[in-house]
Amino acid sequence: MNFDLTEEQDMIRESLSRFLRDRYDFEARGKIIKSEKGWSPEVWGQLAELGLMAVPFAEVHGGLDGGPTDIMVVMEELGRALVVEPYLPTVVLAGSILQAVGGAVAEELIPQIAGGELVMGLAYAEPRSRYDLFHVETTAEKSGDGYTLTGHKSVVLAAPLAGRLIVSARTSGGTRGRDGISLFLIDPQADGVTVKDYSTIDGFAAGDVILDKAPATLIGAEGEGLALLEMAVDRGIIACAAEMTGLARRMTELTVDYTRQREQFGVPLSKQQVLQHAMADMFMAGEEMKSMAVRATALADADPAERAKAAAMAKVFIGKTGKFVGETAVQLHGGMGITEEMAIGHYFMHATMLDTLFGNRDYHQRRYEALTGLRKDAA
Amino acid sequence: MDLKFSDREEAFRQEVKAFLDEAWPAEKRGGKTDFTRENYLGWHRKLHARGWIAPAWPEEYGGTGWTPTQRYIFDKECAAADAFPILPFNISMVGPVIYTFGSDEQKERFLPPTLSGDIWWCQGYSEPGAGSDLASLRTKAVRDGDDYIVNGSKTWTTLAQHADWIFCLVRTDPNAEKKQQGISFLLVDMKSPGITVRPIITLGGDHEVNEVFFENVRVPAENLIGQENQGWTYAKFLLTHERSNIAGVHQSWRALDRLKKIAADKDLYGDAPSLMEDGDFVRRIAETEIDLTALEFTELRALAREESGGGMGPESSLLKIRGTEIQQRISHMFLDAAGNYGLPFQRELGHNEATEGPDFAVETAARYFNMRKTTIYGGTNEIQRNIIAKMILGL
Repeated sequence: MNFDLTEEQDMIRESLSRFLRDRYDFEARGKIIKSEKGWSPEVWGQLAELGLMAVPFAEVHGGLDGGPTDIMVVMEELGRALVVEPYLPTVVLAGSILQAVGGAVAEELIPQIAGGELVMGLAYAEPRSRYDLFHVETTAEKSGDGYTLTGHKSVVLAAPLAGRLIVSARTSGGTRGRDGISLFLIDPQADGVTVKDYSTIDGFAAGDVILDKAPATLIGAEGEGLALLEMAVDRGIIACAAEMTGLARRMTELTVDYTRQREQFGVPLSKQQVLQHAMADMFMAGEEMKSMAVRATALADADPAERAKAAAMAKVFIGKTGKFVGETAVQLHGGMGITEEMAIGHYFMHATMLDTLFGNRDYHQRRYEALTGLRKDAA
Repeated sequence: MDLKFSDREEAFRQEVKAFLDEAWPAEKRGGKTDFTRENYLGWHRKLHARGWIAPAWPEEYGGTGWTPTQRYIFDKECAAADAFPILPFNISMVGPVIYTFGSDEQKERFLPPTLSGDIWWCQGYSEPGAGSDLASLRTKAVRDGDDYIVNGSKTWTTLAQHADWIFCLVRTDPNAEKKQQGISFLLVDMKSPGITVRPIITLGGDHEVNEVFFENVRVPAENLIGQENQGWTYAKFLLTHERSNIAGVHQSWRALDRLKKIAADKDLYGDAPSLMEDGDFVRRIAETEIDLTALEFTELRALAREESGGGMGPESSLLKIRGTEIQQRISHMFLDAAGNYGLPFQRELGHNEATEGPDFAVETAARYFNMRKTTIYGGTNEIQRNIIAKMILGL
């Protein structure tokens, strides 16, 4: 067993960490999320120059031939700095699918992603699906050489920024059937596509995507899209485990610093044992979260059953402990913790979003129980 | 990063398994564990004969030279086979103190019987007035010629009723400036005149701990470890010294496996739904599996740091806290699984022999109560949080 990072991975971490320290502090981030665009194409370009967008892709596509461990390193650093630029939807979610599908579409789009020219998103959720990836009401109809899609996709991360979206739609089967789901590529600018854009509570660009006979290109085998979707979302979950680790570690540092500076009753808050123990619990949560992220990362390329179990387990754990660290950090900051003025509350909001994203703790708890055979009645 | 075991590590696992199949055959597994002196020593001696009694010790003193990962595999396989614990007082506590701080004569005299089990050690640390605040201990040793004369009492002395020797922290300088100064580390023969042992019976009816009284006990000065008044250093070394399997992860996995079998056992439920059809119970099992996985990989990461020379350090507090919390949760789930038959108890026997209910239910309540000790001993979990706050977070 070996938990060590390679020299390249250490280099990625160091250069990214330095860049974010210099260019992406709390103030700079605040300006970005309050800007009209809600993200910084300039930062995106600079991250691309650092090679970030190329990390997981094959060299023939302009990639760096990295793997899940490299993504873990990147996501933990992005989490530490609360980066809102759409790395997860572009590189992890859409990137995983394009890589798996291969062929002409991968040859066309991956080099653009790797070069920082293309932002993408994955539209998997619908108003009535909650977290079930197989609940797909959106329909696809054959039309000439291609397809047209009709339906409603909800809370699609990066939808307002994306040059292309990957959308799940039904080519056959009933609303909640596991078969008959296919994946399509659409251009959000095309006729028949309306993106109702908004920002999430933690400052990320997102939107609902309304499809009315929108032109679309099938990617992957028709009717067999669910396996790809589950793979991509599990990769997303595993990446979020690393991101949450970055959040938790940073929240612990910020809380330790704050309680050291703030004096009440004539002593720094950090001298109060009840607060020390709360911070010890935060530290432990962060360490264990890291362990879960490492484990899930090591299983990201495993067979689907193992990968799914590892992802479900990790999601339960980061949901529970991430919320715990966030809530405790805010409590220890007192009134200042619930203002927009300090970084801590923004970390807490993002930690909360990461619990919800891809299915919350309860959802993945049931998924884990079903996958391990503990629960017989579950889907 | 590569979390698979290497071929060499897999081969080692097979070697351990083969040994266990021979030394601890299937008929000894899975049943009720009878923690008698003979059973403890029987297993201790088997491991000693194989040369595997003290894997973490330096090879020159009888260690195996295994990597931390090999030790992890060994612990895991032993737990999977329901093998007995080794005597921790000998192997994890006093042994390392003797080979690190003892004189050549002491090493020669004490290490072989400590390894073989010919000496059964017990630990004389806590006192009625010195628990978490160990340094306030008051048992005193006064020099008299070639001897020390020891007066005072020690408490929570685990299995002192079986012990041949006790290693003690005693106060040799009552006037030292700080209470941590003026403490010495003394080895005392339990057969010395003036020592009496009083059993303390805990909630589950167990006689596991004792109070040990010292009344004018003469201890040869040659039994002093290291320097007089430097005992606190050795005591702390003992407490923070690498303790393999401090989190009890393997035992907890084994217990969860048993619990799942019990919860699904149709013979126990007949026409009633089994516990595995009770969503709330299933959820508790699943949550514990997930938390235990997080703990297991935290331990593996700590082992990897140790393997690369980083040492375990204050992270061991995390393993202790989480490991004991999980052990308690599992013991609670067993009690709940027993249902009504968790209640009957034969206090007059000092343990439970059998109730009218299923076999597994016999020990569940006693064990649940017994496991309360885990978050209290070895430095309470609150003390462990103090250590994390001070040593890791710098508060």
